[in-house]
Amino acid sequence: MIGLGHYLVISAALFSLGIMGVLTRKNAVNVLMGVELILNSANINLVAFSKYSAGNLSGQIFAIFIIVVAAAEAAVALAIVLSMYRIIKTVNLDKADTLKG
Amino acid sequence: MENNLLTQIVFYFFAALTVGSAAVVVFARSLIRSAFALLFTFFGVAALYALLGADFLAATQMVIYVGGILVLLLFGVMLTHKLYDLNLKSETFQVWPALVVVLGVFGVLATFMMRTHWHAGGEVPASPTTAAIGELLMKDYILPFEAASVLLLIALIGAAMIVRRRSE
Repeated sequence: MIGLGHYLVISAALFSLGIMGVLTRKNAVNVLMGVELILNSANINLVAFSKYSAGNLSGQIFAIFIIVVAAAEAAVALAIVLSMYRIIKTVNLDKADTLKG
Repeated sequence: MENNLLTQIVFYFFAALTVGSAAVVVFARSLIRSAFALLFTFFGVAALYALLGADFLAATQMVIYVGGILVLLLFGVMLTHKLYDLNLKSETFQVWPALVVVLGVFGVLATFMMRTHWHAGGEVPASPTTAAIGELLMKDYILPFEAASVLLLIALIGAAMIVRRRSE
């Protein structure tokens, strides 16, 4: 029988993989992919709780808002990555250390 | 209860698809391969939404994530690398410390999620949710809905301003 716990464990796995991507990648676009994984894991959590709390739809509404914020985040982050590439000719996050003293 | 068995098979298939392709996203050396594995992750998550009875959200996931965000990320990959550079490699660093931290996080999260007795209100049979979601958005959640639309407008203008070439 598939229960709430199964979905929560999948969400935890996605979250951990997303953190792994954010921590280990040097490429900015790849870090963004990790962030998307984290947001998706939060969404799975919300929808799972929505289903197992007698069909209360609030969880799905919040999932929709998370998707909206993720879309806005992806657009702005890609814009920043593109202008970073234009200025320092790389998207390697180690090279973006202009502000370092 | 063959229906139940079928549900389990479908669930484990899409769970494996989601987590497996997410692992490819994180561990693949090639950037393009990561981006295409992300396609399968988003697809698997949409299938999980459908299994959870969230039909509208599953469709939204397909349209926005697969059709929008993934294409945007692919544009990001293409525009920030030289196109004749066939092997777009992404370097990794501090892999082993990160692996330890991540396995710790996953262990703690999964243990507590499995052990906690959630006060679940019981599940209801899946029914179409689109009308109910629309009604909630227009009644109870009208303020967050408007705020989200303003946020999207700001993000749109901001992104266009950031990438604009300074011509002066």
